[in-house]
Amino acid sequence: MAYSLSVNGATHQVDEDGQTPLLWVLRDTLKLTGTKYGCGVAQCGACTVHVDGQPVRSCSFPLEAASASPIVTIEGCKGAEVEAIQNAWVARDVPQCGFCQSGQIMSAVALLRAIPAPSDADIDVAMSGNICRCATYNRIRAGIHDAAGQLRHRQS
Amino acid sequence: MIDAPASGRRFQMTRRKMILSGTLAGGALVVGYTATHPMQAAGAILSGGGPVPEESAFGSFIRISPDGWVTIVNKQQELGQGIHAGMAAMIAEELDADWDRVRVVSARANFRAYGPQITAGSRSVATNWDSMRNAGAAARAMFVAAAAMRWSVPRRLIDVRDGVVSHGASGRSATFPELLADAARQTAPQRPTLKEVKDYRLIGTDRVRRKDSLPKSTGAQVYTQDVHLPDMLVAMVAHSPRFGGRLARYDATAARKVKGVADVFAIETGVAVVATNTFAARQGRDALTLEWDDSEAEKRSTADLVRYFHDIAAGRTDVDPADFHSKGDDPKEVFSAQAIEFSFDFPYLAHAPMESLDCVAQVDGWDVKIISGSHLATVDQVQAARVALTIPGRVDIDVVPAGGSFGRRGIMGADYLVECVRIAKRMPRRPIKLIWTREDELSSGFFRPMSHHRVLVDVGEDGFPARWRHRTVSQPLLPLGPNALAVEGVAQSPYLAAAKVIDGKVYSPTFPVPVAFWRSVGHSHNAMVMEHIVDQLARRLDRDPADYRRALYRRAHAKRHLAVLDALCSRGGWGAAIESGWARGLAIHECFGTVVGQLAEVRVDVGRPVVRRVVAVVDCGIAISPDQIVAQMEGGIGFGLSAALYGAMTLKNGIVQETNFDSYPVIRMNEMPMVETYILPSTNRPTGMGEPGVPPIAPAVANAIFALTGGPTTSLPILRDGAAASAGFSFPRASA
Repeated sequence: MAYSLSVNGATHQVDEDGQTPLLWVLRDTLKLTGTKYGCGVAQCGACTVHVDGQPVRSCSFPLEAASASPIVTIEGCKGAEVEAIQNAWVARDVPQCGFCQSGQIMSAVALLRAIPAPSDADIDVAMSGNICRCATYNRIRAGIHDAAGQLRHRQS
Repeated sequence: MIDAPASGRRFQMTRRKMILSGTLAGGALVVGYTATHPMQAAGAILSGGGPVPEESAFGSFIRISPDGWVTIVNKQQELGQGIHAGMAAMIAEELDADWDRVRVVSARANFRAYGPQITAGSRSVATNWDSMRNAGAAARAMFVAAAAMRWSVPRRLIDVRDGVVSHGASGRSATFPELLADAARQTAPQRPTLKEVKDYRLIGTDRVRRKDSLPKSTGAQVYTQDVHLPDMLVAMVAHSPRFGGRLARYDATAARKVKGVADVFAIETGVAVVATNTFAARQGRDALTLEWDDSEAEKRSTADLVRYFHDIAAGRTDVDPADFHSKGDDPKEVFSAQAIEFSFDFPYLAHAPMESLDCVAQVDGWDVKIISGSHLATVDQVQAARVALTIPGRVDIDVVPAGGSFGRRGIMGADYLVECVRIAKRMPRRPIKLIWTREDELSSGFFRPMSHHRVLVDVGEDGFPARWRHRTVSQPLLPLGPNALAVEGVAQSPYLAAAKVIDGKVYSPTFPVPVAFWRSVGHSHNAMVMEHIVDQLARRLDRDPADYRRALYRRAHAKRHLAVLDALCSRGGWGAAIESGWARGLAIHECFGTVVGQLAEVRVDVGRPVVRRVVAVVDCGIAISPDQIVAQMEGGIGFGLSAALYGAMTLKNGIVQETNFDSYPVIRMNEMPMVETYILPSTNRPTGMGEPGVPPIAPAVANAIFALTGGPTTSLPILRDGAAASAGFSFPRASA
């Protein structure tokens, strides 16, 4: 059956099985390939998107549940937090292979929106659901602190 | 049920042939081509190539456009290691290009234009050091010649800096675009003059940065998984759950009823389900009824294999050893009663790159088009040609960045790529995207080989190892020649320098579990063997582990090791007080020409090691991109720590038990230690950096645990709880 899906501010009619994971609707149907498949079982976080502003593993989130809420992917993620995060990522050359970074950034943006000046412990809690096999974790942590600093600087 | 075609058996033979085509010589991958058809033999010789690259007056690797941008064509595969920036920096330094106006594109597979495209053995910088600098220097000389002619001044008085050519005395200057047409008409010098290290302005500075961080931070970077083409279909394959199992029968009735499934058919490696999208392919595959013939399959469990390896090392099987290092009049010389025996067991390890395996292929008669994160592009080209029954020159591989690999995309037989071409050949002209799930990737084998090591050491009166017996049991990575990769890092060890008797033998059993190169290859276990033994010897001799190493390195004249050790001790605070409950452990290992030392600060929290800080020192010759060297050190430590703490792929009755990140855990944000990296200055040729950061971390942690508890680590992973334990995974503990 057809579901109405709000993604990055646009509404799409999606004629797929309601059990189809949101990930595959985003990637295959809507061609929003910035969101990655990494494990399919909500273990790695490469597929993280925002549903109602909350970070969600889209590989394990069915279309029928997603159709009720606004969805934001890396392509449509806007605002001061994501700008600060992306600036910090480029300034520090955080990515190596880069495949997990969309998911890392979506988790980091959600963290900064909830906790503008996160501690290392906050970062551990918010980011431990995102695996990076290149182990760029230290640069991700430093990048989050940089971005938080940028945001504070902008406000003051 | 449909009976499988008789080709199942043939696949095994062909796979062996494929593997046979690669050999290792002098540490570098040299690729030979085993053609099975006269057309292919002729094709390999005559048409190794591909689409003709864009023409450039400055050779295959450099394009300069009228807008002033310098485009570097990168022939190596970017898998995260930052090689695109390293290759570009080597050229840009000698060309004196403006680094901010340098961009990098990936070379398509083309042997004639670029030579072998093999990204392996941490050798991309080392093997291209001369050719890339020469290419840059030759192009620079062409600009200098053009300016000299235009201004009627001697070439030697012309300078180039950041893309601007100038003559100091007359104050004249011109940019690359202003001189482009004249420069392109010059003849490239065969032996251009290269800069001396002291004159470098780019190499070795923090200006050498990645060029891909922005697209990788916005979701814009396109990987193989992201490719969408008109009329493209997505394929998944049901593989035998056991290694060496063959398809007996299958029933696709239910699979064909799944909405979106376009076709189902048997191929050499299983049953392919082709659909309009990934989820439909997955559902279709789940709906298959499959029957496998396991008559020749591996049906043992990990515990059986560990016992088998121990029996082999004890000479209780028909697996004959080969000498890998022997020294002394009588290698059978009786060891003293005081000789110390060490035993180690290491498990299979999977690569688990974040992007699981995938490939896009389209076959149209003689022409094959492939889009893939291809590690060994010119090998993959030949493998694709072989199964598509065409010539390599008609195989166009568009090499895209890979979402990691760690060796998995560098299988000589190109398993996943060949599988995709086989499917595409069945559906002519349709682009096919093959997707392997995480479960497919982890269950597919091509593991870092498991291994067993027994070492007997007799220490002489001078405190140095005097007699050294070494037994290694490990499946061979190559089907021909000595199993040198299983023992790399042992024979060359400075710890053996004083030994009068060395008796090193390697046993190479073969059975159906496929094994492969895994980041740092044999060094991934041999650094642990050598470095953990040395700490235990030091303890027996009541020596400080760093002092004992220092004496061994002096004895061996291992100057680079000595320098790394000294820097490591001073930077890492070796010998200084540390909080109660914490200890330091260090390890130093040379691989791929690079010497790395790591010092880990560790405590043990209810049986679980916690690593809070790692200090690393590296001598990799001339440091081209210091920031990327640091990144590889951080990444290598994280990768090695995942394996040391958790990594184990196990079999139960032949079936792989670890199928996703829940059962094959890797370290996460909360477990990553702080890393400080120090690069030793050097004017030697640059050496590898993609892999050497991996091997030392396991022994550094084990040595710290040894200092804390007095207990040696005799097997990895250190933590064997969770899924590994419940799968009956248990290595017998040997006493040291």
